[in-house]
Amino acid sequence: MTQMSYMEAIRDGMRVEMKRDSGVYIAGEDVAQFGGCFGVTAGLYDEFGPDRVMNTPISEAVIVGHAVGAAALGLRPIAEIMFVDFMGCCMDELHNQAAKMKYMFGGKAKVPMVVRTPCGAGLGAAAQHSQCLESWFTHIAGVKTVMPGTAADAKGLMIAAIRDDNPVMYIEHKQLLGLTGDVPDGEYVVPLGKADIKREGSDVTIVAWSWMLQKSLAAAEKLAAEGINVEVLDPRTLVPLDKDAILKSVSKTGKLVIVHEEIKTSGFGGEISAIVAEEGFDYLDAPIKRVAAPDTPIPFSPILEQTFIPSEEKIIEAVKALF
Amino acid sequence: MAEKKEQLLEMYKTMVRIRTFEKEAIDLFAAGKFPGFVHSYLGEEAIATGVCANLKDSDYICSTHRGHGHLIAKGGKLDLMMAELYGKSTGYCKGKGGSMHIADVDLGILGANGIVGAGMPIATGAAFACKYRKTDNVAIAFFGDGASDRATFHESLNLASIWKLPVVFVCENNGWAISNSQENHQNITDVSDRATAYGIPGVSIDGNDVMAISEAAEEAIKRARKGDGPTLIECKTWRHRGHFEGDPGAYKDPKDQEEWLSDAKDALVRVEKKLIELKYANKADLDKVKADAQTEVDAAVKFAEQSPDPDPSEVLTDVYTV
Amino acid sequence: MDIQKKQLLEFYQQMVTIRIFESRVCELFAAGQIPGFVHSSLGQEAIAAGVMACVEKDDKVGLHHRSHGEMIAKGADMNKMMAELFGKATGTCKGKGGSMHIADMDLGILGANGILGAGYAIATGAAFACQYNETKDIALCLFGDGQSNRGPFHESLNVAALWKLPIVFICENNGFGLSNPVKEHLATDCVSDRAAAYGIPGVTVDGNDVLAVYETTLEAVDRARKGNGPSLLEFTTWRWHGHFEGDPAVYKDAQEQEEWLKKDPIPRFAKQLLEQKNATQAELDEMQAKGEALVDAAVKFAEESPWPDVSELFTDVYDRQM
Ligand SMILES: Cc1ncc(C[n+]2csc(CCOP(=O)(O)OP(=O)(O)O)c2C)c(N)n1
Ligand SMILES: Cc1ncc(C[n+]2csc(CCOP(=O)(O)OP(=O)(O)O)c2C)c(N)n1
Repeated sequence: MTQMSYMEAIRDGMRVEMKRDSGVYIAGEDVAQFGGCFGVTAGLYDEFGPDRVMNTPISEAVIVGHAVGAAALGLRPIAEIMFVDFMGCCMDELHNQAAKMKYMFGGKAKVPMVVRTPCGAGLGAAAQHSQCLESWFTHIAGVKTVMPGTAADAKGLMIAAIRDDNPVMYIEHKQLLGLTGDVPDGEYVVPLGKADIKREGSDVTIVAWSWMLQKSLAAAEKLAAEGINVEVLDPRTLVPLDKDAILKSVSKTGKLVIVHEEIKTSGFGGEISAIVAEEGFDYLDAPIKRVAAPDTPIPFSPILEQTFIPSEEKIIEAVKALF
Repeated sequence: MAEKKEQLLEMYKTMVRIRTFEKEAIDLFAAGKFPGFVHSYLGEEAIATGVCANLKDSDYICSTHRGHGHLIAKGGKLDLMMAELYGKSTGYCKGKGGSMHIADVDLGILGANGIVGAGMPIATGAAFACKYRKTDNVAIAFFGDGASDRATFHESLNLASIWKLPVVFVCENNGWAISNSQENHQNITDVSDRATAYGIPGVSIDGNDVMAISEAAEEAIKRARKGDGPTLIECKTWRHRGHFEGDPGAYKDPKDQEEWLSDAKDALVRVEKKLIELKYANKADLDKVKADAQTEVDAAVKFAEQSPDPDPSEVLTDVYTV
Repeated sequence: MDIQKKQLLEFYQQMVTIRIFESRVCELFAAGQIPGFVHSSLGQEAIAAGVMACVEKDDKVGLHHRSHGEMIAKGADMNKMMAELFGKATGTCKGKGGSMHIADMDLGILGANGILGAGYAIATGAAFACQYNETKDIALCLFGDGQSNRGPFHESLNVAALWKLPIVFICENNGFGLSNPVKEHLATDCVSDRAAAYGIPGVTVDGNDVLAVYETTLEAVDRARKGNGPSLLEFTTWRWHGHFEGDPAVYKDAQEQEEWLKKDPIPRFAKQLLEQKNATQAELDEMQAKGEALVDAAVKFAEESPWPDVSELFTDVYDRQM
């Protein structure tokens, strides 16, 4: 175990795999000497050299598209897109190429690639640099979507994502980069599709991921002081989704609150609540609640941005409304 | 002659206003007065100035993440800009946009842009509208050397060329795309070589020479207004600062940096020398321009600081046109 | 260039086989035996035959929607191809892909593509992998004139040139992007003019002359294999049929169509072979018969093959199902 930040843990995950497998390389804008816009790849250029940590032009389509071709030939690219907001510039390469190659070629292709990209609000970066867009990707069959919420998961999921033989969207949160935690050393793998109960409880289940996991844990502490014992479940990966774990938790608590930073309409919370409504209706003794961002672009001004981001208070309010 | 004097003095004023605004913005950002990203235009003032000097109010520009200079040169108001940087309700975007999204559609400013290369298709569309409506208005797309590698560059220039649209593509080649130098992001030295791919004129000029820029822009804009189609102008310059405030720019060679910031190269100093040499102005005149700009910027800061924050309910407005 | 007789005969065999295959596919489509879209490459056979003769089995090719010919010339199994067109379980993609998605990774065929311009980046990535793994393999990327206007063209050629990747970009300029003639969608006379934008060689050559195609490609392949980076080749040709089967192509000029039909690459090459005494009429007839037999067998194989089990709908979505 080593104490490290979420950012260091992502890096450590990449480093472990780059050491283990010479086919793993990183390509993206300013990822080399500069270390990436947020510093996530800092030092890897010095460690692995220019052939494995490569700056690209500002060309998102070919950053993701070349990764598809290289992965089809057996390499394991980690393509960095500087902000998840820029995925619009390379969606075809992800959803029509990477995601579909295997299926439309009748199973005879493998596309083991990772697109690593940061999401999230809170930096005053406004509408084009702050979004959470995970349900864009969960809506594409053939892509897996990973969203770590702790330092240890950041590492374990990174290693699993690189080893996975499918295209994986690895979405890290900008607000979590500095979050520290104990991270297992060496080849620590968190399997994709396995949820984690981050806090056990008996009265209500909160399903939350990424930054909202941390907010939900903080809210749970406050609710405990008021006598509500919250279970916080972190799915960690949205596709594949550990729905058994969610149903099991809801069967225990009878109540479900889903918290995400994406806007509410067509957010992934809708999918989880549909699953629970279809398969766990009998467990519920209250309506399902969703806490999500409003259906708006992300505003710049700090006061507006803070109003936009789902807060601890809103989570607490939603939970209390069920009692 | 009088006209030339007038024009040069006017351009000088604009450059000074940009520089003063940018210096102030840097200090304010460092002092924590506003959040987000600030990409400084220091060193590149001649480009926006020289190009926009040839525009009418009814012409359009599409700017970039490094957009303050373009906005000022197209007539943007410093107080509304500053209030936007502060995220105040009186700002250009009511505090919803911030530095990378300032726009003033009434002045033909179709927005700064947080997405590199996004301005080119929008300017192409604006030019289409100008032509469709049979006006003689034009659109300018400003973009960086880095943006010239994006897919949108290719699609926009091709379309603008085959439809002979009144648009001028102005590449501000400041040598860098964040930490990536031009030679590390493209296999050519002159971005203007790319004009060949679209059968349009392409020129490369000294991006720190406001007169040269103004002349090249004048010709391209004339051509566009006449219906002869787009032009690609590359202005070679240097970004004085890091990519954004907070980036120390450690990837730059200190020698290059020093040379580009020297009096011999600095765009503003060069105009000053020219004004004095041509006896268009004396030192006192120049000082007055600077003092006026400082007064204007101080007033903008004061306006921004005294303005109210937006009401939180504003989060929910302006999403759709109703 | 001194080309061996064996190679010359091979060109002819490939061209006639492709011609027979494509003609048969059109008939079967008209008869309702093939669902979906079929984009015929009739008239463009010389490009497939000439280009693919320049590469080895381990070299990679990225293709597009009109690529049956190239697959055959790269060595794809026609039985499986035909079965795929029918949607049968024995098809190259188990019936999951159809005409626009035929691939064979073992032969380096990285797939046809239903998305215009999606092949550039994939082939660029394949070339990157060849360079990264220090193999001597190279990649080819084939595409139509219409697709050369898509953004990924620009991003891919820029990166390939910058990184000196072992790749050759090959445009099959068949006069149209769907109904849109080249004159209307391309801002320059030649697609190869675009090479200047990336600092790489670019040439335009008669695509109905199999020997010219071969020689031009050979040089570019050699350059790529030697580590000297990409080239952009343009082969001019003509699409005989409509855009897809069922398109009557009313937008074509009848006279132009007639002239191009006269430039049929197959009789033209047959004449050359006979005149230069590289083949006898009997040999040519024999090759024709061989092509017929292969295609007959492919159709029989496809017809007799079973449909996929409906459970196949759910397989192959992820590697190792979740
Ligand atoms: C599509 C997209 N990709 C990447 C970025 C991140 N980014 C912002 S500015 C920049 C560099 C831009 O370089 P250039 O176009 O040369 O303009 P300059 O900053 O030099 O003025 C990058 C990569 C972005 N905002 N949008
Ligand atoms: C991105 C995308 N846009 C549009 C289409 C529809 N489409 C398919 S083929 C075609 C024309 C292609 O022209 P060209 O590239 O010249 O190839 P050709 O058909 O002439 O071989 C169009 C518009 C598509 N498949 N993908």
